[in-house]
Amino acid sequence: MEKFGFSLSKARVINYDANDRGIVRYIIEREPSLKLCIECGCCTATCTTGNFTDFSLREIHILLKRGENEQVREKIRKCMLCGKCILVCPRGVNTRNVISVAKQAFRKTEGYEL
Amino acid sequence: MNFDPFVIPFNIGLYFILIYAVVRCIIWFRELSRPDKLRLQRGFFGRAFGQSLKEIFLESLIHRKILKSNPRLGYMHMSLAFGWFLLIVFGTIEANIFSEKHLNHSYKAIFFRFFHPDHGKTFFENSYAFLMDLILAFILSGLLIAVIKRFSSRVVGMKKTTRLKPLDKIALTSLCLIFPSRLIAESLTCGAYGTGSFLTGSLGKALASFLPANELAYPFWWLYSLSLGTFFVLLPLTRYLHIPTELFLIFMRNSGIRTGDKPGTYSEVEVHSCSSCGMCIDVCQLGFTTGINTIQATYLMKGIRNSDELYDVAHNCLMCGRCDNICPVGIEISPIRMIVRRAEGKEYMYENTSKGYFRNRLTVPAPKQEAGTSYDFLPRLRQEKTDVLYFAGCMTHLTPSVKKAMVRILDASGLNWSFMDEHGGVCCGRPLMLAGNDREARELTNYNSQLIEKSGAQTLVTSCPICYKVFRESYYLDAEVLHHSQFIKSIIDEGFIDLNFLQKRVTYHSPCELGRRSGVYYEPREVIKHVATLEATAFDDENSLCCGGSLGNIMLSRDKRQKIAEDVCSKLTECSPDSLITACPLCKKTLSQATGTRVMDIAELAVEALADTPGLKMPRSRSKKKLLKEPATSLR
Repeated sequence: MEKFGFSLSKARVINYDANDRGIVRYIIEREPSLKLCIECGCCTATCTTGNFTDFSLREIHILLKRGENEQVREKIRKCMLCGKCILVCPRGVNTRNVISVAKQAFRKTEGYEL
Repeated sequence: MNFDPFVIPFNIGLYFILIYAVVRCIIWFRELSRPDKLRLQRGFFGRAFGQSLKEIFLESLIHRKILKSNPRLGYMHMSLAFGWFLLIVFGTIEANIFSEKHLNHSYKAIFFRFFHPDHGKTFFENSYAFLMDLILAFILSGLLIAVIKRFSSRVVGMKKTTRLKPLDKIALTSLCLIFPSRLIAESLTCGAYGTGSFLTGSLGKALASFLPANELAYPFWWLYSLSLGTFFVLLPLTRYLHIPTELFLIFMRNSGIRTGDKPGTYSEVEVHSCSSCGMCIDVCQLGFTTGINTIQATYLMKGIRNSDELYDVAHNCLMCGRCDNICPVGIEISPIRMIVRRAEGKEYMYENTSKGYFRNRLTVPAPKQEAGTSYDFLPRLRQEKTDVLYFAGCMTHLTPSVKKAMVRILDASGLNWSFMDEHGGVCCGRPLMLAGNDREARELTNYNSQLIEKSGAQTLVTSCPICYKVFRESYYLDAEVLHHSQFIKSIIDEGFIDLNFLQKRVTYHSPCELGRRSGVYYEPREVIKHVATLEATAFDDENSLCCGGSLGNIMLSRDKRQKIAEDVCSKLTECSPDSLITACPLCKKTLSQATGTRVMDIAELAVEALADTPGLKMPRSRSKKKLLKEPATSLR
């Protein structure tokens, strides 16, 4: 076969359909206000933990919705549940419960899929 | 006549419940921790014993606390408990005096009239019969209220009454049948023999005039015995277990045993002592403002007894402590709720064996240690040496006006002070604890403790009651912890700042964490009275309301929080004050979104009243003034 100097590059596509969205479904079932999130980032701006590290609740919400759970599992443990994010949220998302239920979901699915 | 087959059901019930009580006590005693065992022994042979007897008489029989807060409901409980007690005591005396031999079987006292139908001929016998009738009438009046309460709880001045499970209903029915069947049985027997006093005698005469009284009496004596027997056998499975358990609770409490933070005998006795009276339902703001009627303390206790799924019940609570305050039995509800929250992750706290008659506690599996710490990213902060350390707290950073006011006051006081979390600090850990994550919280408390230790401060001032409570109770600090209202009070007393009197009428909203949870009512009031006219409201001190913003509740939606806040505001601004004063940044934030009245923190009020003092112009931490006197501790 003739070689033209082209090759198949490694796929850089994230296939959301293949991701496991069970965790986010579990959270929304228990805390429906997560659906209201517009990813404005107010929570990240005020975050106590975010003051010291790159922890971002907005990022966590996005990752959860995409089903990229493995990244969230570690990040989520940095939250201090102090509750400032609830007070600044313009949409009334109960962010503390999102974190709490997500932790619960990860604990339940240790090694399993929902 | 000394025996009749109809007494058998009663006897079975009675001996069953006595044996059960003994076995249960042995199991409970064995499960107590060693120090608690010693406490109980010391309490049993010490002064606490007399105190317990007095309390049992006042609370378990007379129901003094319920009588005080709700006379009609109190009368209902008193007539059933105290009346039954009197009936048993006087019945036993009657049986022992008037029957041919003394020291009879217990059933002789209960069914005295059946075995001595012609009793009541002489004057002395007749007056005794009058007394017994009076007691029976006393009980029946209470029973009538209880039956009406089942259909319309408003009659006893309650908005809601407790929902029951089927077994409770059977027990309730048998309990309701006991006294009417006794009345009819006695009346018929009396009617047949022409004896009895004003109640049984006259009713018996009326019935005997058109009924074959002597033949009809026998089935009613059977019914009386059967309903007593059924009630005794079902007692351990239903809420009526509170009748014997409350006695143990009073003994244990007076011996100095407390709930603590792990499930144990005491918490189990507390859970079983709940009589489901429903007082906690009426004071619960989630109930009367947002219409959530499934999570109140009585349902929590019922859920634990029945091993129900309790995640929602345990977590959907403001932890305001209003129910702890009102509980007539004195159950420590919030610690029990926290135990259930901590037990999250495994399915049940208790399991049932032998169809619920004996329940074993599950041994709590140690939580799986997650690798590494959660908060290893926290920087090694430096902390300068100082006398007074000010910790604003997360919530104060969201209400900058409080922070600014405190900075001005601290500067004006001329004390050597330093701002611990000026550029954003670490959470105090209480929000994590309230969510049941104690292990994570400990990392934060350790971090903050080191920082406070490094500063060498003698006084730690915080603006947030949530932080105040945790600093005081879970930190083990050398420094004295003061809420800023206490601090302002002490520097006024020391003369470090001068405050003018403002021409203002204000009301005070006492934050739950500062008031009911920490017992600080006096200092904030004194500070407010020092600078403004404080108007009284119907919700002062112990009776104060929760603003709705509570971090204790992780599940409540924003709409419902807003609803609670609006309700609280409308109640506190009834006298249309110039401002609504609070001492918690979270309360301020929540309330100010729900009212047109200006909501101010106590520090802001103080700054408004601040007279020009020389200290104000001095840069911070130059002065050498020190707090001389020990600041006044809170008056509980």
